[in-house]
Amino acid sequence: MNEIDFLNWVRGPGFQIAVIIFVAGIIIRLVEILMLGRKPNLAEAKGSAMRSGLRTIFSRSIPEKSTFKRSTFVIVTGFIFHIGLLITIFFFTPHILLFKDVSGLSWPALPTPIVDAVTVVTIIALFLVLAHRMSNTVLRFLTNYEDILVWLVTILPLITGYFAFHRVGATAPTLLALHILSVELLLVLFPFTKLMHAFTIVLARWYNGAISGYRGVQS
Amino acid sequence: MTDIPEGKDETLGDVLRQRGISRRSFLKFCATTASMMALPPSMIPTIAHALERAKKPSVIWLSFQECTGCTESLTRAHSVTIENLIFDSISLDYHHTLQAASGHAAEEARMAAMEENYGKYLLVVDGSIPLGNPGYSTIAGISNYDMLMETAKGAAAIISVGTCAAYGGIPHAKPNPTGAVSVGEIIKDKPIINVPGCPPIPVVITGVLTHFLTFGTIPELDHIGRPKVFYGQSIHDRCYRRTFYDKGQFAETFDDEGARKGWCLYKLGCKGPTTYNACATTKWNNGTSFPIESGHPCLGCSEPEFWDGGGFYKALSMPTEDISKTVIYTAAGAVAAGVAIGAIQKGRKNSAVASHSKTTIDDLEK
Amino acid sequence: MTTHSVQFNIQIGDDLTWNVAPLLHEVKHALDNLIKNNETTIIDLRSIPLAPGEEDKILNILGQGEIKAQLYALGQSEIIETQYAGVWIVSHYNDENEIMGRFIEITSMPDILCSQTEDMIEARNHLSESLKEGQNIHESSVEKSA
Repeated sequence: MNEIDFLNWVRGPGFQIAVIIFVAGIIIRLVEILMLGRKPNLAEAKGSAMRSGLRTIFSRSIPEKSTFKRSTFVIVTGFIFHIGLLITIFFFTPHILLFKDVSGLSWPALPTPIVDAVTVVTIIALFLVLAHRMSNTVLRFLTNYEDILVWLVTILPLITGYFAFHRVGATAPTLLALHILSVELLLVLFPFTKLMHAFTIVLARWYNGAISGYRGVQS
Repeated sequence: MTDIPEGKDETLGDVLRQRGISRRSFLKFCATTASMMALPPSMIPTIAHALERAKKPSVIWLSFQECTGCTESLTRAHSVTIENLIFDSISLDYHHTLQAASGHAAEEARMAAMEENYGKYLLVVDGSIPLGNPGYSTIAGISNYDMLMETAKGAAAIISVGTCAAYGGIPHAKPNPTGAVSVGEIIKDKPIINVPGCPPIPVVITGVLTHFLTFGTIPELDHIGRPKVFYGQSIHDRCYRRTFYDKGQFAETFDDEGARKGWCLYKLGCKGPTTYNACATTKWNNGTSFPIESGHPCLGCSEPEFWDGGGFYKALSMPTEDISKTVIYTAAGAVAAGVAIGAIQKGRKNSAVASHSKTTIDDLEK
Repeated sequence: MTTHSVQFNIQIGDDLTWNVAPLLHEVKHALDNLIKNNETTIIDLRSIPLAPGEEDKILNILGQGEIKAQLYALGQSEIIETQYAGVWIVSHYNDENEIMGRFIEITSMPDILCSQTEDMIEARNHLSESLKEGQNIHESSVEKSA
């Protein structure tokens, strides 16, 4: 198999397989969670569970003051790499072309040099997060292989993408193919690891908000 | 002056002197030759020295599953003077499109050239070789495979001209009905120079021939057998529109504002980023322009499998399969599967709840 | 047959000419090198990626100086000294007047203009032969061997 064969495979059947596993995995897991549901609360709500649930989905993104003080580093680096991922994935011209090809939707891209800079910042943030996790005794104790795997499949597309864009280290088709392959690895592992939090976070926050929105029984 | 040796042993220097070519003309020839071989001008004296002593090599050209586009391209390379000298200084003993002889006489010419120059002749091949059935392509009743094996045996080196000979090309494209393969997939024991392109740039073909003629060696090749001087850099890296790519300025269609301003053609499917060839600097039609300069994206014709890249107008970052359909079908299936699995899990949950019973201290002490 | 110029629908803006300035800087450095070390530099214009119009732009900037020589050897060649002394443009054409190569030479005199030793020896032999044969020198010695 030559490098163009490899590139054609990751752009074709490889990508298709990854998308099938990704989509099927996510949907099956979400449907399962929703169907299991929660016990119905038969008491009449004092507040609005729905409104509070929806609000919490967004409000929890703003860190609470004392929490922020206690873990400033984790929150800041966490924000940086999450926003970095959002920008690099959704606002780089070639990526938008991919989304347009799949969904028909298109939106304006950010200038390439900005995406390039954000990529570097994101990679640095991810390394800092890992260094912190490894140097902190408690966090290291809590870390298992899955956490490292998840970290690796998250940073790989960024690193391979950076090399593919700057065209260093190997021939251009190989670099591009490796980048696409690393994304496919991410897609395949997504539904079966902690990466699933990207979807379950919405449900979890809604439940939390809904519970507190209930505010006990109507007296 | 000196004696001029007759026949095959004469050097290019002899040929030139016989034709009364002045030294100054020869220098001009060397300057344009260096340029053609993509060598730095500082190499001109070396080239002059080597060319004077270069022997006239015998060349056998075999055409298999091809469209004659490569030969067309090559014949465009020589207008009357300078490159003609190169063709005067090789002995093209067999080329079934260009030679005057036909039938048995043509095949005899090939056999004679092979015998006379055994181990020394240069074999040029254009077109791929069908392995599916020998009857798919034959010349003088001989299958392409047999003719290649027979002729390659005594060759000093093989030049695979065009993407078909180098990597299989269009005949090799899916579903490859003839089982077409490249020369390199059959011949393993000879030096092979791949000169891909559909067709290759004329001066690249003559440049490679001239390199062999001048230095008697194989030029430095890349990992897929292409001479680095011509295929060392990608179209993208040498493209004059590269600045627009870096700035994110793209033509969206063939007739929009961006297209008129000469912006980057990435979104229109340009394969320049993954294609290695000399088009952006050497250009075509005596340096007039190259596809991107005329407003059309690069097709990637000098790369293997260029025909199977999912369409010439699909951007490199787009998948080659229909992923929208994949997503819709998968999602529909997954919802059904999710409901089924959810129902099973719910059943398990309910039965777990139902089987709950009181536990006493006595139970725990058991 | 006359050739018509083809008009491409591409506007040439200043931002296209990204290789012109670096090239001119290279010429300047080469000129430094010629003055200080008497070293000649030759730049092959075919080896540089140029946008449409950029080659003309370079030629226009360098301009036309005091010397313009024409050579008739395997087609025409044009050798001009630009307005910058020591910077020459050498353009080789074939018999059909198609450009075969264009070089910027930074030198006090392009090699190709000098009479070549081999040609001079040939010329001397030719001349002495003519003298020996007692032919009319005015007719035959100027005639070049075809």
